Amino acid sequence: MNEKPKKANLLLKLFFSMLYISTFTFGGGFVIITFMKRKFVDELHWIDEQEMLDMTALAQSSPGAIAVNAAILVGWHVAGFVGMIVAVIGTILPPMIILSVISFFYAAFATNPYVALTLKGMQAGVAAVILDVVCSLGSNVLKMKSAIHLVIMAAAFVATFFFGVNVIYIILAAALVGVILAMMEKKKEADKK
Amino acid sequence: MIYLKLFWSFIQIGLFSIGGGYAAMPLIQAQAVEQHAWLSINEFIDLITIAEMTPGPIAVNSATFVGIRIAGIGGAIVATLGCILPSLIIVSLLSYVYTKYKNISILQSVLKSLRPAVVALIASAGLSILLKVVFGGGAMVLANINVIGICLFAAAFFVLRKFKWNPILVMTLCGAAGLLLGILFG
Repeated sequence: MNEKPKKANLLLKLFFSMLYISTFTFGGGFVIITFMKRKFVDELHWIDEQEMLDMTALAQSSPGAIAVNAAILVGWHVAGFVGMIVAVIGTILPPMIILSVISFFYAAFATNPYVALTLKGMQAGVAAVILDVVCSLGSNVLKMKSAIHLVIMAAAFVATFFFGVNVIYIILAAALVGVILAMMEKKKEADKK
Repeated sequence: MIYLKLFWSFIQIGLFSIGGGYAAMPLIQAQAVEQHAWLSINEFIDLITIAEMTPGPIAVNSATFVGIRIAGIGGAIVATLGCILPSLIIVSLLSYVYTKYKNISILQSVLKSLRPAVVALIASAGLSILLKVVFGGGAMVLANINVIGICLFAAAFFVLRKFKWNPILVMTLCGAAGLLLGILFG
């Protein structure tokens, strides 16, 4: 790691880097991680490549937005607790400001018939974007070739779509299956020995 | 106390959405539309549309949007804090545990089981939006079928899957086509 600038400078740089990255990153958590790697690994050399990969895995597997999780990890790593706060504020400020402005105009916006037609057309596009993502994610699950995981997918779908089961219960149930599978795996290994 | 309700709802959204932006969608729908009726299903779909078109995580976008509409700027701040609070705590802890123990097989197994469930939840949320598009928000009967919506969906899905077009471009084109066709045939 290269020598770091003074703390105040460091925090400012961290803040404005995240602010900039967050303002111009469209399209979800993975895109922002790519930009963060370019900035903090390739340009500023604050983090090495392996650390960035570990952070990506952690950001992805923790609850919450991937972008916020990544900012927490990078912030901690670069400047401790204050760094974390600064990085997170830099990350959430742009979407907060943009959405605040939009929601103030939304009421006037949504009652305009032309805007309503446009939004309606865009809804068809959103449905397509989401179901396209589902196809890609779903085919990754199929590739796991694991009956248990296919059953989880089917059961979760039926429970939420047809029976309206609370989403949180479904996630907890799936996590519980994961814990049981891990324990069975451990037992199997122990029996072999 | 509306602030407390917002805060608690978005803590749950932050806590249980694992695996990126789309995973938050079914949770936002459950909390904001079904449980508290802060948004109509129409407003929810508009919110998802707006969130897709603007930078930032869907959860943060939604927190700001819902918060402002329910309780002004204060509501937006409270809701956003709620949705990032679980991350702040859990990610800090996890990164500590991770650097200490590196590979935790239980965590990996849990993630492996969560992934298919999350895919199913996203599929369900996506289908409920599609049904809304197909039947124009009315009852599921033949008379309500919205031909323009179906054609736009089919075309958008085709270029996304087959040619990997940029989603923002596809949505913009759908909006323009919806406006044009709506004026011509609506």
